[in-house]
Amino acid sequence: MSVIKVQALSKNFGAIKAVDQLSFEVAAGQVYGFLGQNGSGKSTTIRMLLSLIHPSEGHIEIFGQSLNDHRSAILEQVGAVIERPDSYPYLTAQEHLSLFAKLRKQKITAAKIESTLSQVGLLARANDKVQTYSLGMKQRLGIGIALLHDPKLIILDEPTNGLDPQGIADIRQLIQSLSKDEGKTVLVSSHLLSEIEQIASHILIIHQGKKMAEGPTSSLLDPNKTIVQIKTLDDLGAKQKLMGSFYRAHLLERSEGLYLRIPKLEIPALNAFLVASNIDLVSLEAKNSLEDYFLQLTSTY
Amino acid sequence: MKKLSVFIVGILLIQGSIFAQSNALIESVTKKLNLVNDYVATGVMKTDVAFIKASLGKVKVYFKKPNMLKVKKEGGISLLPKGGVSVTINSLLNNKQYMAIESGIQVYKGKSLQVIKLIPTDEKLDWVIATLWIDPLDALVYKTFTTTKENGTYEITMEYGQYANYGLPSKLIFGFNTKDYKLPNGITLEFGDEDPASKQKVLKQKKGTIEITYTNYVINQGVSSSMF
Amino acid sequence: MWPIIQIELFKIYKRPRTYIAFGAIAALILVIQMGLKIDGEAYAGFLMKDINDTLTVDGKVLNGYLICYILLQLLLVHVPLLVALIAADMLSGEANLGTLRLLFTTPYSRTQWVLAKFVAASLYTILLLVWLAFLALFLSMWIFGTDDLFLMKSNYVVLIQEQDVFWRYIGAFIFASFSLLTVAALGFLMSSLANNSIGPIVATISAIVFFTILSTLNIPLFNVVKPYLFTTHMNNWKEFFDIQVDESNNAITGSVLNMAKIKNSIMILTVHIGLFVGASIWIMKKKDILS
Repeated sequence: MSVIKVQALSKNFGAIKAVDQLSFEVAAGQVYGFLGQNGSGKSTTIRMLLSLIHPSEGHIEIFGQSLNDHRSAILEQVGAVIERPDSYPYLTAQEHLSLFAKLRKQKITAAKIESTLSQVGLLARANDKVQTYSLGMKQRLGIGIALLHDPKLIILDEPTNGLDPQGIADIRQLIQSLSKDEGKTVLVSSHLLSEIEQIASHILIIHQGKKMAEGPTSSLLDPNKTIVQIKTLDDLGAKQKLMGSFYRAHLLERSEGLYLRIPKLEIPALNAFLVASNIDLVSLEAKNSLEDYFLQLTSTY
Repeated sequence: MKKLSVFIVGILLIQGSIFAQSNALIESVTKKLNLVNDYVATGVMKTDVAFIKASLGKVKVYFKKPNMLKVKKEGGISLLPKGGVSVTINSLLNNKQYMAIESGIQVYKGKSLQVIKLIPTDEKLDWVIATLWIDPLDALVYKTFTTTKENGTYEITMEYGQYANYGLPSKLIFGFNTKDYKLPNGITLEFGDEDPASKQKVLKQKKGTIEITYTNYVINQGVSSSMF
Repeated sequence: MWPIIQIELFKIYKRPRTYIAFGAIAALILVIQMGLKIDGEAYAGFLMKDINDTLTVDGKVLNGYLICYILLQLLLVHVPLLVALIAADMLSGEANLGTLRLLFTTPYSRTQWVLAKFVAASLYTILLLVWLAFLALFLSMWIFGTDDLFLMKSNYVVLIQEQDVFWRYIGAFIFASFSLLTVAALGFLMSSLANNSIGPIVATISAIVFFTILSTLNIPLFNVVKPYLFTTHMNNWKEFFDIQVDESNNAITGSVLNMAKIKNSIMILTVHIGLFVGASIWIMKKKDILS
């Protein structure tokens, strides 16, 4: 069953079309990566999912119910962190969680609050005012608030903002655990494509408000379309030789460097050709990452 | 010449007779007033001044010979005409420093009253001239009109009841002149609509009265001088 | 809705800015009381200059009741500014912090949140008024004692008997709560239009100043709109301290000169409160939360 079903969603801010006929579905238990450049419409879409922004067109269903008609029941089961961490500087982390516990129909005990604080690594600073926290700690607090009521759907917009590498790793593990161990559905947007690549089972790429690609991570990163970067001692000479060969059709126009798109399985043959052509090869690197795919799609590569 | 002398003597005799009669009447009044050495009276005081809104108040009036008088409201703030309370019959008559001149008869509230003018003989007194309306039958003063040196004129009217034998009124009304009252809006912080012209005209009426209706006198039981 | 009202009250209680207004009121009142205790007779003498030409006033004119009236006259003009500090921050402050989106992604509707915030702001306003009443009335009564209330208005004087005064103050404070709630509602409305607090606070104060000037200037052009301006009615708590007189010009104890005016003012203020809060709800429901 789809946890999120978005159909032909659009949002106009005056003449600007921030989101344009966007449709996608998120199935239960998925970690769904939501990718796009700054200003691509990610945050606008997420805010529409959370009823913070009114769509100009389209329809949103969550847990099989229309968001318009069942907002309260839906949001009872949703936890979210939106962009920068939000908190009250004059309250402590403990007070934050106690306040937000009151907003839920289910009873959230003091033990649950404590375990949530522990889960996000804030137990030791629980009674300090948030104004004394670092950015990373505030981000953890935001995640804690989102997880406190054990929601079925978690929406995370840039959850690793301000976190150090250990913190990023912790969040990665947390998201994986939420999905694998607890069966929760996680929609996560991030500009750290390498992180999304590691955790997301499905990806949506949005650019200028429009969907560019959607699908399982593994099938989007097509091994038949691997991009290979070649570094030599004489790139100009190497390029001439490649232009005069079978690989001419696979050369990619780039302002700098030598790039070819070939199936992954043909990389050894390419290597052999380069050696046979007396090209002084320094390195041959296969670029089959999500970042590469993303940049390719958005034509900045 | 002889006729002139007779005429002058006749005038003097008449005048003397008038003075004699006036003095006699004043003496009758004074004699009655002298029956009272002191009293404590209870009553209700009503203030009627155009620019003052005040409710009726219970008062106690203390008097001690020769002319000590104090009006005390039973709890609360009292308003009395400046200097006027002291201008009573007792203060006019008790020191005997006046010349009394008969000024005819006037009918006042159905009574024929002798009008007697008093002119002070002592310059230190704070009144200039006083007119009394006295009933010669019961030696009671029903009205006085006094001009003071510094506090304007006062009119006092009296009604009598069960304490008439002591010359003590059952109702006493002080009438006096008032000055304009005005505080700037910047002090009172009252901005906005002005009162209508008709109300402003009423507020500027320059006469006021204070009326005391006596309900009881406790006479000659002793009053401490500290009350005054 | 009670849980979210509790949350809003808790946030107001925990925020240091909340206590500025309480401190300011206490400081103002104590300073004025001290000044009047030391030099009050001279002040009373100045006020009674015209009266003393004609009458002798006997009794404790400068008592706690008069002191309270003087304090209310001064403070109820300025306390609205302190109310605006909190009310105009209720929504825009949250938007500025970014916490508004936290609240609006909970199961409670925007209408419920806006109403809860207004209820919390109103309770704060009432508490401020109670604090003012405690200091201005009860503390003045304790320091200066009580007697009749000798009120010197611009064109006339009202003398209210001591036992007839206290209930009027209760009525005046209840009326003042409507005035201050109107200011709170206006601040709240301004707050719904912005994403930071400075603008709404300044706008609220400016609006009060602007409409107060319109209310007090006696220009025929403005007289058309005056009856509908909330600032025209905000100071009508004073009507509790004017009494009727009978045909003999005796003040009637327990009466109010113009009770209809008081009721009309309360109605106008209530309508304003409803309009401002209603508009705030409508705006917040329609708004895209982009902060």
